[in-house]
Amino acid sequence: MGKYRLSRKRKKFDLFRAESINFKNPLFKAIIMAVFNLTINRKNYKVDVDPQMPLLWVIRDFAGLTGTKYGCGIAQCGACTVHYGEDAVRSCSLPVSSVGDKAITTIEGLSEKGDHPLQLAWDETDVPQCGYCQAGQIMNAAALLKKNPHPSDEDIDEAMSGNICRCCTYKRIRKAIKRAAEKAGGRS
Amino acid sequence: MTTHTVNRRDFIRVTAAAGGGLVLGFNWLSACSPSSRQAKAAVHDLNAFVKIDTDGLVTIMAPNPEIGQGVKTALPMIVAEELDVDWKKISIVQAGLDTGKYSRQVAGGSGAVRSSWAPFREAGATGRQMLVNAAAAEWQVDPAACSTEAGKVWHKESGKSTGYGDLVEKAAALPVPKNVALKDPSAFRIIGKRMPNYDNKAIVTGSIKYGIDTRRKGMLYAAIIHPPAFGQKLQHFDDSEAKKQPGVQQVVSFDNNIAVLARSTWEAMQGAKAIKADWSDDSKLESTGDYADNFRKILDRPSQEKPRRKDGNIRQAFAGAARVIEAEYAAPFLPHNTMEPMNFFADVREDGVELYGPVQTPEKAQSDVSKLLGIPKEKIKVGMPRTGGGFGRRLKSDFVTEAAMISKLAKAPVNLIWRREDDMGGGDYRPMGLYRYRAALDQEGRLIAWHHHSVGVTGNPSRQDSFPAGAVPHLQVDALEYKSPVTTGPWRAPNHNFIAFSEESFLDDIAHQVKKDPVTFRLELLEQAKQHPVGKVDYDPDRYAGVIRKVTEMAGWGQPRPGVYQGFAAHFSFSTHVAEIVELIRAGDKLKISKVYCAVDCGTVVNLSGAETEVEGGIIDGIGHALYGELTLTRGRPDQTNYDHYRLIRMREAPEVEVQFIRNNEKPTGLGEPGLPPAGAALANAIFAATGKRLRSQPFIKSGFFG
Repeated sequence: MGKYRLSRKRKKFDLFRAESINFKNPLFKAIIMAVFNLTINRKNYKVDVDPQMPLLWVIRDFAGLTGTKYGCGIAQCGACTVHYGEDAVRSCSLPVSSVGDKAITTIEGLSEKGDHPLQLAWDETDVPQCGYCQAGQIMNAAALLKKNPHPSDEDIDEAMSGNICRCCTYKRIRKAIKRAAEKAGGRS
Repeated sequence: MTTHTVNRRDFIRVTAAAGGGLVLGFNWLSACSPSSRQAKAAVHDLNAFVKIDTDGLVTIMAPNPEIGQGVKTALPMIVAEELDVDWKKISIVQAGLDTGKYSRQVAGGSGAVRSSWAPFREAGATGRQMLVNAAAAEWQVDPAACSTEAGKVWHKESGKSTGYGDLVEKAAALPVPKNVALKDPSAFRIIGKRMPNYDNKAIVTGSIKYGIDTRRKGMLYAAIIHPPAFGQKLQHFDDSEAKKQPGVQQVVSFDNNIAVLARSTWEAMQGAKAIKADWSDDSKLESTGDYADNFRKILDRPSQEKPRRKDGNIRQAFAGAARVIEAEYAAPFLPHNTMEPMNFFADVREDGVELYGPVQTPEKAQSDVSKLLGIPKEKIKVGMPRTGGGFGRRLKSDFVTEAAMISKLAKAPVNLIWRREDDMGGGDYRPMGLYRYRAALDQEGRLIAWHHHSVGVTGNPSRQDSFPAGAVPHLQVDALEYKSPVTTGPWRAPNHNFIAFSEESFLDDIAHQVKKDPVTFRLELLEQAKQHPVGKVDYDPDRYAGVIRKVTEMAGWGQPRPGVYQGFAAHFSFSTHVAEIVELIRAGDKLKISKVYCAVDCGTVVNLSGAETEVEGGIIDGIGHALYGELTLTRGRPDQTNYDHYRLIRMREAPEVEVQFIRNNEKPTGLGEPGLPPAGAALANAIFAATGKRLRSQPFIKSGFFG
């Protein structure tokens, strides 16, 4: 019970963080549209939007890249995970104004031919059920493998626990990450 | 670029596949197929499921909504098997709603493979026979002397062979054969194998489009505001601030809802936040605490009996019992929490309506919109994209009628997208309920009477025919309904999802109290049901015992290992028998689920990979919800609105799962749901083994045994 309370508190804090960069801060009441230049999957995009608009919606509705998904809007489920430079970030809680000139990579830009070791391993392991969360899972796993090419079960559990799969394909996600790590092992 | 000649005789209804009516129309595939992009080969419909072009490309239609249960892969596997084509060379196309061509275009009740098995085999076999007949006519040989393999017809004697593509035009002109022979299961090359999900490549590259990804010219994004509490009504609203938000185009209102339309999703959501609305008084609305008390009052009233099943005479049996054991189990509300929130595209025009999006019951969506707008069904087109989960929530079409109404009022094509908060607060929950059990035992500890008395929010909360019904001479099931403004509905394995926990925990409890091994206790009851069945017996006692024996072998039941605690449960649902054993270990001062074993008898397994992942996922889903799932209400208002306060199972809590299928050639039975129900019970029984404590209400996280 005690432990559960603690984790609830931590989550509340996350929510507060997500909210503070979004809507409730009175500073953002006066909305000024602004032009932002973004690099997504090595292409340049120019958008004229509210600076507080989360990157997720710029990617989906303005850049037209719908592979990145909306799940919760408060950085709790991981469906919206993209790469911000080398890091996996929750694009639903990153205001477009804070992106700067760092390169953004989405699932569509993870590999040119859909042959990233994780993409191949995901198909071979037959991971997806409904498939909706899987782009976020793969993007998160790709960032993990970059930093830790041979993760243990515990490393995988730790790194992947921010991504919810409602179909509960966790067993196969774990297996696919290991399979990809083995395959990529020789290359890196 | 596409001329689509619809010949009403060019299809066979799935229900009458062997009955003929199969005449070929000269159709061109629609623009979305790979072959028409080459735009060279003529495509022929062999029937409603099979199209073959003159280059030999075989397209199989997938008529049911794909919500993650794997039917877009599994159903075409059945057709491809009998058609005898190379699985690697076919393409699968999702069909839209077409009640003329297909029946039961539903994702629900674990029913797609069950109901499609025979007609889809016949569709494939009929197509194959027509191709054989065409080849035989050309070679002037007996069709019976011809065979097929991987998209070719062979005549062994002369060594001749021709590809399906070269035959399809001729096959089209031939009469449709009746009573075609189906393959013997020993000849299966596709059914029973591991075939990866057909859409995998599109999913892992992000190119697959879900309903939420629908984009059309002139389309507006819509966000919606529902009443914040169940039972509340909209009094008045002010949209002046909302309309000043950037990107916001329109605000419309209908029933008790307000919708904001904008040029992007987030701008619509921001617009919705800026609406100031007054709602009716909520001080009289019920909280979940009130429900629990009210349930107890209802069950305590002696006059409230409402038997759904009555075997023998429980009154007499209880009066003469050597021992009576009682227990009460409490189920919380559960939201479905599909990862893709409710959304739908609607374009309501003068000349007709286009609906496109994630729904488990497209035909119901069509008829609901038809009734709502007074537009005939024939003018309402429904398309189904791949869907980000269903779990029963998308059996309803409230979000479809909302989208249609918004499109009508706004006079624009719209994509309505519920925020996560709208979705979690959007009702249709797994009903909250209270389940009371009484068991009567004789001197020898045999179960002689069973009384199940339950109440749940709206609708029958029980399943009256599940085990041990059939094995007990005196049995009564009374299920009562509690009316509430909180909407409830089917949730993955409706009723079974909780009943399996309460029944199988109670059976475990009884077995321990009469000092019998819980598995032996059930096997004796099943033997009783076989030798002396009482009333209706839905399950097959032998197949039930089969999965029980199998799982006990897998897990080494009865061979204790230090520090490992096992719990057993079995359940029959959607015609499938499942037995599971959960294994717990200690991790510090907490318990940890180390492994789950599962044996399943679902008859013939169509796609071994898909079947296995459905059961594995169902088990982890069942464990996750038993451990963490609970939605509470305060004065009609959900207390949990997003994943910061509503806990779903995550990777670190997901146990290792081992699934084995009983191999037989029986007809396939349900599989999307049956893996889930026993999981919570097996977990509770393992907790008892580890701690000596019976958990009788969910979620188990409240017990403090888990981190």
